Amino acid sequence: MASSIKIDSALPVFSGEWSAEGNFVSHAAISAPVNRKLEPLGPHFLAHARRKRHQRTFSEDDRIQASQKVKNVEDEDAGEISEPEEPEMLRRDPKDWKNQDHYAVLGLSKYRWRATEEQIKKAHRRKVLKHHPDKKAAASAGGQQDDSFFKCIQKAMEILSDPVKRRQFDSVDENAEVEPPTKKSSKSFYKGWAAVFAAEGRFSKKQPIPSFGGEKSTKEEVDEFYNFFYNFDSWRTFEYLDEDVPDDNENRDQKRHVERKNNAARKKRKSEDIARLRELVDKVLALDPRIKVFKEQEKERRNAKKNAREAEEKRLAEEAAKKAEEDAKKAAAEAEAAKAAAAEAQKNKKGAKDAVKKNRRVLKSAAAEFAPAGSVAYNQLMEIQDKINPDQLAELVAKLNVAKGTAELKAVYAITANEIIAKGAAPAGAFDALIL
Amino acid sequence: MSDTQEVESGVVIGIAFGNTTSSIAYTSADGKPELIANEEGDRQIPSVLSYLDSDEFHGGEAKAQLVRNHGNTVAYFRDFLGKKFSEIDPTNAHNSAHPIDAEGKVSFSVVEKAGKPAVNITVEEITARHLRRLVSSAADFLGKPVTKAIVTVPTDFTEAQRAALTSAALDANIQILQVIQEPVAEALAYAARDNFQTADKVILVADIGGTRTDATVVAVRGGMYTILATAHDYELGGVRLDATLVDHFAKEFIKKHKSDPRENQRSLAKLKLECEVVKRTLSIATSASIGIDSLCDGYDFHSTINRFRYETIGRPLFDQIIKLAENVVSKAEIDLLDIDEVILAGGSSHTPKIAQRFESLFPNCTIHAPATETTALNPSELAARGAAIQASLVSEFDVEDIDQSTHPMVTVAPHLSKDIGVVIVAADGTETFQTLLPAQTAMPARRAAEFNAPAEGGDVVIKFVEGGSVIKKEIIPPAPKDEDDSDDEEDEPEEVKSKEMKVEKLLAEALLKGTEKGQKIEVTVQALEAGELNVTARIVGTQNGVRGQVKA
Repeated sequence: MASSIKIDSALPVFSGEWSAEGNFVSHAAISAPVNRKLEPLGPHFLAHARRKRHQRTFSEDDRIQASQKVKNVEDEDAGEISEPEEPEMLRRDPKDWKNQDHYAVLGLSKYRWRATEEQIKKAHRRKVLKHHPDKKAAASAGGQQDDSFFKCIQKAMEILSDPVKRRQFDSVDENAEVEPPTKKSSKSFYKGWAAVFAAEGRFSKKQPIPSFGGEKSTKEEVDEFYNFFYNFDSWRTFEYLDEDVPDDNENRDQKRHVERKNNAARKKRKSEDIARLRELVDKVLALDPRIKVFKEQEKERRNAKKNAREAEEKRLAEEAAKKAEEDAKKAAAEAEAAKAAAAEAQKNKKGAKDAVKKNRRVLKSAAAEFAPAGSVAYNQLMEIQDKINPDQLAELVAKLNVAKGTAELKAVYAITANEIIAKGAAPAGAFDALIL
Repeated sequence: MSDTQEVESGVVIGIAFGNTTSSIAYTSADGKPELIANEEGDRQIPSVLSYLDSDEFHGGEAKAQLVRNHGNTVAYFRDFLGKKFSEIDPTNAHNSAHPIDAEGKVSFSVVEKAGKPAVNITVEEITARHLRRLVSSAADFLGKPVTKAIVTVPTDFTEAQRAALTSAALDANIQILQVIQEPVAEALAYAARDNFQTADKVILVADIGGTRTDATVVAVRGGMYTILATAHDYELGGVRLDATLVDHFAKEFIKKHKSDPRENQRSLAKLKLECEVVKRTLSIATSASIGIDSLCDGYDFHSTINRFRYETIGRPLFDQIIKLAENVVSKAEIDLLDIDEVILAGGSSHTPKIAQRFESLFPNCTIHAPATETTALNPSELAARGAAIQASLVSEFDVEDIDQSTHPMVTVAPHLSKDIGVVIVAADGTETFQTLLPAQTAMPARRAAEFNAPAEGGDVVIKFVEGGSVIKKEIIPPAPKDEDDSDDEEDEPEEVKSKEMKVEKLLAEALLKGTEKGQKIEVTVQALEAGELNVTARIVGTQNGVRGQVKA
């Protein structure tokens, strides 16, 4: 509730008659409001937005906000990790700390390398409260002073609270490994392998690691994933598995020998680990259905090009064949036409010859009418016949057919003879017998 | 575990993206907003990018290039963002790379790589590069990657411009959680200094920037902000003040050497940069000197100017600023007397004369400016501070949450059009109006107040009323003349305006019986969204009370 404003003034005293029933009377409504836009800024606006979105009244919101604040305090303890403690684990020998699962000892086996420093601290605190030797002594009332598990806890804390030691332990933490899925396993390919590579990715110096993805991942995503794991930069070390180095004062040579052996072993393990990861990635790559799909798509794309080219070629060949056929047809048709034209010409020629013959006959008979055969005029007539071409001959014959009587015939001949002389086809005096 | 990771990766910073300068700010562990200096130590980082010999320069370094490399230096591009070429005013870019039209979009033609031909860079790309440089400075300072930001823009930024800004930021791998209004961010910076008190007031925010001046009237009601009116002057700003100084010194130079440094691009650029320094010095000191070697025609130039001279030559501009403030107040349909506070923001607000002019215009207000208030925040930092505060408030929100909260469904609310209050008895026995819910309060809203019981005790009537303020003008006749020679000053009768609350409508009455002397009466009013008014009155410390509702 907003605090009230203190106003140092009095309210008016009531005097007179109170007419209404009860102690409250309403007279008029407030004036019509105006819609305006609030600026979405500042804590009070955010409170307004919260009330409006959740449709709370002022007092409801105050109450919920207050209760949420209380809850926040509780939440810090509610993050409790309560794992059952195996009786076997409780009986562990603290001297055998190398084989101890430090996360399990602190009750963090669910989290392992994901556990934050805060969680480790809290888990340790809780375990100490429970397993402190002083408490045990009180509980068993003078029984055996068994603080062995407490030592385990302290050792686990020593390892896990030191980032270097924790990495060394994480490097060889077998319980954090995820088994690769087998063909028979019920988990899907993607889910199973994603878990495997998420676990492998914890050794990467580069974080975050690309996800394994799913069925619908793009080629780029899948490529990025495989490139990442083929160029994996690992911080994994194997110091944790070292043989104990004997004390300096015992035997220096022995010590150096062990150190050398350890170094060699580390190197060997490291290279083995790199090889193992590579093999694992190879295996997945071979199994990955997405890669097959991508390859097929690639092939299709390449083939698509080839197919297109082939189709184009085919089309071109077809076009060429069609064109050749058309050309041949055209040529044949032309040849046919030429032949027909030749035949026609022949026919025409023959007809013309016949006509000439006929016309000559007509001329001969016409000539005989006004000049006896063998006379000079007859001979000159025959000469005319030879000098003129068939068309003129036909014209002449037509004129002769129209002409009546010897005089007219003669006149026709005279015109024709003059024409021939005018053309220069015969000397001027060649037809003097005809031209009067 | 995931929580800590989110907190680590989710540093949200505030960016004040200005046309002239930009600032970045974050909220420190103790909840104080702090500005981040870039690599050069600038807190006001010039919004300038310059390209020289395949190198990109940003901020102060780029600004220095305006002298020698102006064609390849991009400045004043903020206001071009998200606009078509036909809509922009390229005046400010006159002395830097000119905006060009690339298929309707605004671009700059810049030689990015030495020896290569000039390339067109869109204003969106320039903005992305600018933001990238700002965010990388912030990330270097904080030692953590920065991926999210709150950005301030002027109130006249259109939706398209906001969208262009958001997409440009995405290109620079920055997610803008919210684009907020500059004047409100500036008001928020002061509110944070005062621990977000919920007092109701009306603020005038005058943002006098480098190239433009914006004035905004903001109603603050219960810590929520409603903009009542805005006014802009796109030609008024620090650049104009620089120009008056440039003119002043240029005239002096001409007198001495008979040549005009304004006619030479390089001389002008040199003079401009120096005049800016002079202007800043004059905000702190009463006189400043200028010295430029080889300003023009090989002549050196040395001169001094005092503040009084500067204020004289800058007077027309100061008048314009004041006029803009008066305009915006009248646009908000309120009186000058209704303004309770004035916030001066933007670099030019350091100028003492501007603050003094505002002080004389609003005699009864607090003027938040360095010249009038010793504890004032740096006016250049206000917007970035406000953005950083908002960033810290929403840093734990999902994007979806923010989107829902800024949705018009939430932000648009009915606002009271009249003051709602009760009638009280003043010390002199007259009945007056006491406002509980002032006009322009967004509903739902509630207020509570404690009043004294009457001195004589007995039954009390609480009258819930609606009203408004009335401006009373009173003319004080000129004082009787003491001496004859001072007559021309006192001839004019002085007009004094005062504000008075007036009851307009009686809404409801409540009867509270049996109060005793010395008791307190608590009155609560709650205006609901539907227009209903819930009221209660109670004698503090007793069960004696009355409640009722005024229907809409």
